[in-house]
Amino acid sequence: MKPSNFDYVKPKTLEETLTLLGDGGRDSVVLAGGQSLMPTLNMRLSAPDLLVDINGLDELSGVKLEGNQIRIGALTRHVEVENSSVIAENCPLIALAMPHIAHPAIRNRGTFGGSIALADPAAELPACICALGAKIEIVGPGGDRKIVAKDFFKDLYETDLKDGEIVTAVEIPVTSSKTKIAFDELSRRHGDYAMAGLAVNAIMEGKKIENISICFFAISATPVLAEGAAGILNNGILDDDSLGKAIQQLESDLDPLPDLYASRALKMHYAKELLKRNLESWMS
Amino acid sequence: MSKFVQVTTTVNGENVSRSVEPRTNLVDFVRYDLELTGSHVGCEHGVCGACTIRLNGEIVRGCLVLAAQADGGVVETIEGLSESGKISDLQDSFLTRNAGQCGSCTPGMLLTADSLLEENKAPTRTEIREYISGNYCRCTGFEAIVDAIEMTSKKRRGGS
Ligand code: FES
Ligand code: FES
Repeated sequence: MKPSNFDYVKPKTLEETLTLLGDGGRDSVVLAGGQSLMPTLNMRLSAPDLLVDINGLDELSGVKLEGNQIRIGALTRHVEVENSSVIAENCPLIALAMPHIAHPAIRNRGTFGGSIALADPAAELPACICALGAKIEIVGPGGDRKIVAKDFFKDLYETDLKDGEIVTAVEIPVTSSKTKIAFDELSRRHGDYAMAGLAVNAIMEGKKIENISICFFAISATPVLAEGAAGILNNGILDDDSLGKAIQQLESDLDPLPDLYASRALKMHYAKELLKRNLESWMS
Repeated sequence: MSKFVQVTTTVNGENVSRSVEPRTNLVDFVRYDLELTGSHVGCEHGVCGACTIRLNGEIVRGCLVLAAQADGGVVETIEGLSESGKISDLQDSFLTRNAGQCGSCTPGMLLTADSLLEENKAPTRTEIREYISGNYCRCTGFEAIVDAIEMTSKKRRGGS
């Protein structure tokens, strides 16, 4: 299908962008990579009257190492993140996740910030940044603010973004030499939407887990941190016994949302299996 | 705000300038405004890859980019790549391996394969499959398509 008509404007500065988005009289949306927005327009699932194309805001693009933080500009394309040596060296979890995001032609356009702001429940990056304890930088009519990733994702496609605000960057702490990570997802075909996925970020001292974050995606309406399971594993030796208990704990940590393809029980099974496979591989 | 936007861009080496509705996507722009119908349209929501076009040197979904976003950019379609001879060996391999059946997916497959071979001179069959996983062939001739891409990569490396 073809989208219904809209006006199009491409501001040159962030200030101009905020003014345009702040015009309460217009139903405006931000066009970043467009790889999710365009399908919804083409299918007329949404019909805004103004598209604010932020692709001219070069200041929102790029990956930078700033002290012990990596700053990924919201407009950075997936392909740049995928090929970035800064990411490969300092944030291997994101590097591991990138090839799972759709297909090359889509990664050439899709943006890091767009994936965060959209908050698709099956998306890889929201889960990764929750597991990594990242912060999201936001700019809006009320000024700048930062929010911890896990507090940003509120519900199905719902985030903490207020009217007129946009995501400008994500700040991720760099990995340490004791960092151990895992990323895995179950999907029917490569690049398809995940049926269930897992991102894990841990600090290990030998077989001892000092601190672990376990985040699932495509299980519920938002990325979910399995805090109970993490609590069981924290400050203990990773072995069959502790892993077994952590897997059992997912019954209380997760509340899977069934979809067209998988019941609640099947989603729970996927989640347990993902955790089992990935942490077992750390034991060998 | 105006009902039309001006798009000035280079398409297959030629400068073009047209006034289009903001909602016009890039693949409709080349097909209807420029009458370059080699790029195909399938799903119109980013799933099939039939609409693959090169924008500023990178393959994109023509149905997921607005023509307005190509303003000031460089667009290349299957017509340009064919005429320049850049992918003639790839096209020959597709013919030899019978990798085009109805031909609906073929332009998109060729552009995607070309992009793969630019990035990776010696892809394995698995890597080829992964790279073209966003391009659907409804005639399901994937095996022959993978053969043709593999054959081109071998020939380019001096093998047979
Ligand atoms: S028509 Fe663009 S991906 Fe199918
Ligand atoms: S040749 Fe018919 S769709 Fe591929």
